Amino acid sequence: MAEIRLDSIRHSYEDRPSSDADYALKHVDLTWNDGGAYALLGPSGCGKSTLLNIISGLLIPTEGDVLFDGRSVFHMAPGERNIAQVFQFPVVYDTMTVYRNLAFPLRNRGMDRGEIDRRVRETARMLGLEDSLDRRAAGLTADNKQKISLARGLVRSDVNVIMFDEPLTVIDPHLKWQLRAQLKKLHQRYSFTMIYVTHDQTEALTFADRIVVMHEGEVVQIGTSEDLFERPQHTFVGHFIGSPGMNLFPCEARDDGAWIDGRRIPLDSPPPVRPKGAVELGVRPEFIRFDNDGVAVEVRNVADIGRYRIVDALLGEHPFKIYCPEDMEIPSADPRVVFDPRHASIYVDGWRAEGDL
Amino acid sequence: MTIKLENISLRRGGVEFLGEVSLDIERGGFNILLGPTLSGKTTILRTMAGLEKPDSGRILENGRDVTNVPVQKRDVAMVYQQFINYPSMTVFENIASPLRVARTSRGDIERRVRDVAELLKIEDMLDRRPVALSGGQQQRVALARALVKRAGLVLLDEPLANLDYKLREELRNELPRLFEDSGSTVVYATAEPAEALMLGGRTATLHQGRITQFGVTHEVFRDPVDLTTARIFSDPPLNVADIVKRGGEFSIADTITWPAGDAHASLPDGGYRLGFRPHHLSLGRGDRHAINLEGTVEIAEISGSETFVHLDVGSHLWVSQSHGVHRLDVGQTVSVSVDPGRFILFAPDGGRIVEERGAHG
Repeated sequence: MAEIRLDSIRHSYEDRPSSDADYALKHVDLTWNDGGAYALLGPSGCGKSTLLNIISGLLIPTEGDVLFDGRSVFHMAPGERNIAQVFQFPVVYDTMTVYRNLAFPLRNRGMDRGEIDRRVRETARMLGLEDSLDRRAAGLTADNKQKISLARGLVRSDVNVIMFDEPLTVIDPHLKWQLRAQLKKLHQRYSFTMIYVTHDQTEALTFADRIVVMHEGEVVQIGTSEDLFERPQHTFVGHFIGSPGMNLFPCEARDDGAWIDGRRIPLDSPPPVRPKGAVELGVRPEFIRFDNDGVAVEVRNVADIGRYRIVDALLGEHPFKIYCPEDMEIPSADPRVVFDPRHASIYVDGWRAEGDL
Repeated sequence: MTIKLENISLRRGGVEFLGEVSLDIERGGFNILLGPTLSGKTTILRTMAGLEKPDSGRILENGRDVTNVPVQKRDVAMVYQQFINYPSMTVFENIASPLRVARTSRGDIERRVRDVAELLKIEDMLDRRPVALSGGQQQRVALARALVKRAGLVLLDEPLANLDYKLREELRNELPRLFEDSGSTVVYATAEPAEALMLGGRTATLHQGRITQFGVTHEVFRDPVDLTTARIFSDPPLNVADIVKRGGEFSIADTITWPAGDAHASLPDGGYRLGFRPHHLSLGRGDRHAINLEGTVEIAEISGSETFVHLDVGSHLWVSQSHGVHRLDVGQTVSVSVDPGRFILFAPDGGRIVEERGAHG
């Protein structure tokens, strides 16, 4: 497969874009390594589909270039870029057998019978479809149909990258687990370059080795699932990843910690000195625990989610949430909490502040 | 209103969609139909709405038989997975449309549309057309139209399935509250166990056109009446195993054994099935009550705050869900443990085996 580089891509759907607001993609510089499993994560309208269409060649970017293994594919039509794509809805010929579904793209290229047979069987084996080759596609479940869609793309040997666009949308929760695990195994065994586009954090975080988070036409963070969870670089990442998302408190940053309405919250790394802009303290519900030595809070509501509870609380006048596992007690009187100092960070104008500003 | 289904069966083209469905729904509650695709959720909603006529059985609204009353004459509103709005009308007119049909006075329409728009935070968009709105906003318009009607029964068919994850989270929090104030009876269909738990209320689990259990959502989750219900109401999937009781001991494949304890002491010897949830299968060795096992890692998925490890444990494919990040290689052997107190025991036919009273703390 190939390394894919997006070189200074900007894209606008306007004829004469003038300001940044006219750009669906403001500025994207990205390299997807050969053999990497990536997710492109963001809400609808963040620009992820635009980016996907630029890689596949359905869209020509306003500025910048796309390179596969260092060679520009700018002038290549989508069909010439050799990309296997899997969409929300399976692309399968219901009346054909699984075998013919897989053979179809090769026959169209005039490949000889023996070679077609070899490729079809090899691809079917890869995806665990070898026992269904003689079955008609119509009778298969949604997850198997998605596997056929993938197999139809993979059966060509010259594939540069596999791109998935919300591939589990129509799959039931139980089958989602299976199909996602199979995709991940496929990646570990064959080292395909995979790009998985989704708005679903669980899918992105569990599938990919590296996740690219997009927000309003920009990449706000690239990292592993731990990076995004433990060190969100932007409040958007804190909010979008995690259920519920990261708590934010307007605060004052001083040498001895963050001050929220006259209450001191100790931090591991000293906050930046006199930051300019909107200063907030960000801490995830998972990194707050009840502790008699902490700051006093008011518990407003406890929602039981089955294997854990979400506590809705107030610190001064600021609402926030605490993640409370099965075995953690919620005090009935004078509840106090401690923020894990390693996981509480100062954000200035939305961006995580590190060191002095 | 109260709504009652009595032994509803429905077949179409030789295929059974509903078999002997009975359901007794109280006034003003939030009720969830939980089950996978084709389990009968949508068919039940359509039957409740009067869009499908059952082959047998009765539907009672407030005790009155409405089985043969067409949809136009039912006091019902429905919201679908696809946002359905009139594209040529403004948001205001979209929301007002059921009131116009009902010939509500102009002043009343104005007031009720604005009230409901405010509740759903779309009051600034009333002059726009639906196409200019995001998916989440469009679904809010559809919800507003269902709310403004003040129907006695509101049916929601996976209304959040087409929305972004975060929007879903937001609306999930709001929905029970919105309908609590409206006084309507709500029936909400979903395929997602986590969604049912977050919405609360009461849940009916569905399997192949039949209701397996109906009760308070958290009680159905904690105390499933059978293996099918436990499986429907588990995400990640429930871990299961066939077990044997011999003397005072249970065993899996003769290799893993644990004492039956007082709770199951009088249970006859023979084959049983057990289920336990992935978050009760912990990585590492457990305390003295725990059963320690070894498994081979099939795949490890890390979600940031949690790790899901798919394991082969003595040829059972189980999932362990644990807090924190645990990097594990495919094929690696790991020790895992589970507290037998977490096991849910079933008869070979899947029926729940209830512990003897007072035997367990």
